[in-house]
Amino acid sequence: MGKDNAIEIRGLTKKFGDFTAVDHISFDVAQGEIFGFLGANGAGKTTAMRMLCGISRPTSGTGTVAGFDINTQEERIKRNIGYMSQKFSLYEKLTVDENIRLFSTIYGMSRKEIKEKSVFIYKDLEMENMVNSLVRDLPLGWKQKLAFSAATIHSPEIVFLDEPTGGVDPLTRRSFWELIYRASSRGMTVFVTTHYLDEAEYCNRISIMVDGRIKALDTPQNLKKEFDCSTIDEVFRKVAQDAKRE
Amino acid sequence: MEKSVYDTAILVSELSKSYGKIRALDRVSLTVDRGELYGLIGPDGAGKSTLYSILTTLLPPDSGHASICGKEISAGARQIRDIVGYMPQRFSLYPDLSVEENLNFFASIFNIGVKENYDLIAPIYSQLARFSKRRAGALSGGMKQKLALCCALIHRPEVLLLDEPTTGVDAVSRSEFWEILKSIRSGGMTILVSTSYMDEAQLCDRISLIHNGKIMETGTVGELVKRNRENLYNVKADNMFLLLERLREYPDILECYTFGATLHAEVTSGFNASKVAADLERDGLKDVEIFPAETDIEDIFIKLMRHGKRQCH
Repeated sequence: MGKDNAIEIRGLTKKFGDFTAVDHISFDVAQGEIFGFLGANGAGKTTAMRMLCGISRPTSGTGTVAGFDINTQEERIKRNIGYMSQKFSLYEKLTVDENIRLFSTIYGMSRKEIKEKSVFIYKDLEMENMVNSLVRDLPLGWKQKLAFSAATIHSPEIVFLDEPTGGVDPLTRRSFWELIYRASSRGMTVFVTTHYLDEAEYCNRISIMVDGRIKALDTPQNLKKEFDCSTIDEVFRKVAQDAKRE
Repeated sequence: MEKSVYDTAILVSELSKSYGKIRALDRVSLTVDRGELYGLIGPDGAGKSTLYSILTTLLPPDSGHASICGKEISAGARQIRDIVGYMPQRFSLYPDLSVEENLNFFASIFNIGVKENYDLIAPIYSQLARFSKRRAGALSGGMKQKLALCCALIHRPEVLLLDEPTTGVDAVSRSEFWEILKSIRSGGMTILVSTSYMDEAQLCDRISLIHNGKIMETGTVGELVKRNRENLYNVKADNMFLLLERLREYPDILECYTFGATLHAEVTSGFNASKVAADLERDGLKDVEIFPAETDIEDIFIKLMRHGKRQCH
């Protein structure tokens, strides 16, 4: 397998009884790439993502995430990836600094590393005067930036973002994507799901999953050409309209 | 022709509500006409759900008042709930009852049988009928949503209140849901629907943009665009992130942000597109394209949010 890929999977499949949630999907994600993982509701995105994160074991198929085997090295995978979702990301009743210390301790960082990293983060996010504020009192935009920093505090090779911008206002959504761009330009691989199809345009490549399979995978530009559409929104509708599952 | 009170389905006047220090609604006023499909557009935390809770008598306002079809909400829950169908943001049905049992239960609360108003829900319920014996908790997200809508409609309310029915729903299912809403509206029912998807504004007769508990703008999409039109350009290049950083250095560009496949740049009258394009290409960016952009609801929302922030400081 190539050394330059953050994710490589072949024939990844997950069955629940006679139901095939994920049906032989294969793809690579290059290091530093922003990869948009799109799909209709019930297409199997969450199940696939759980397997990539080492939380769920595949029924069949092989692959690596951050260089570790998804079938045998789940614990190593968990230590070497970051994960953030809109639903759960930070402890609202802890302060900014307590959250950062909690996440970094969970990832087994040393005191010295934690100290250095948190100073860097607060400076980078211009949050130095907020470290003792409760997270619940922060404006949404700050919460999001902090959540992203907490998810990537251990400098993982790859970060999984599960609908990170759902329900978020258009300004905050955009500043969050600038954070993604910056992380990617520093070499971090970003694997992201979203229902906002304008955000799909910001990805280097996207895949569209329908009924457990990947029906389209390419750069946004190439997909628009291939499906003769002017936006990814139109591409998505063309690809997903035949979905049988809901 | 003068409008009479009978043409008004929902009247909200100067409603305010605080939770401790947080002002969830700040003197919110709006009027929804009978038969209108009205959109309340704003992100999470804007105050949308608080407004729904007040309109359904689940929560008393701190000040201000509201009425539905001429009935003051303070007059009491029973009166209001008879004329209102409500679909809350969270799945509100009984997961351990079957599809059929849920529907029967909601009908029985209003002392009617399912048959009486079946015609109203038939187009939606027919898609669920084959799952009628399944536990509601075991339905897929899309099916749960359709069942919740049936349960909100079964007593044939005059006003349908839908709180973020399309959140977390994919683009294709969202379109299907809006088709259903249009067909309900064409039967004469009034609908107040909230959403955080700006693109859904286009599908409403009129909208209000809401943020931080305040209504920022109200009108048809056309009116809003006319009132808030900006001198806006699309800008593209091979490296969009670099492009964004570069464009922000130009004094003639007031704001610049991502907008799908292009960047939107709000510019002054001194902006010279071909000069900037040549400049950027000299800087090493490739395939630079600059062309005028139409103002979209999302542009307006961003502009009004920024304006609000400036006022705060």
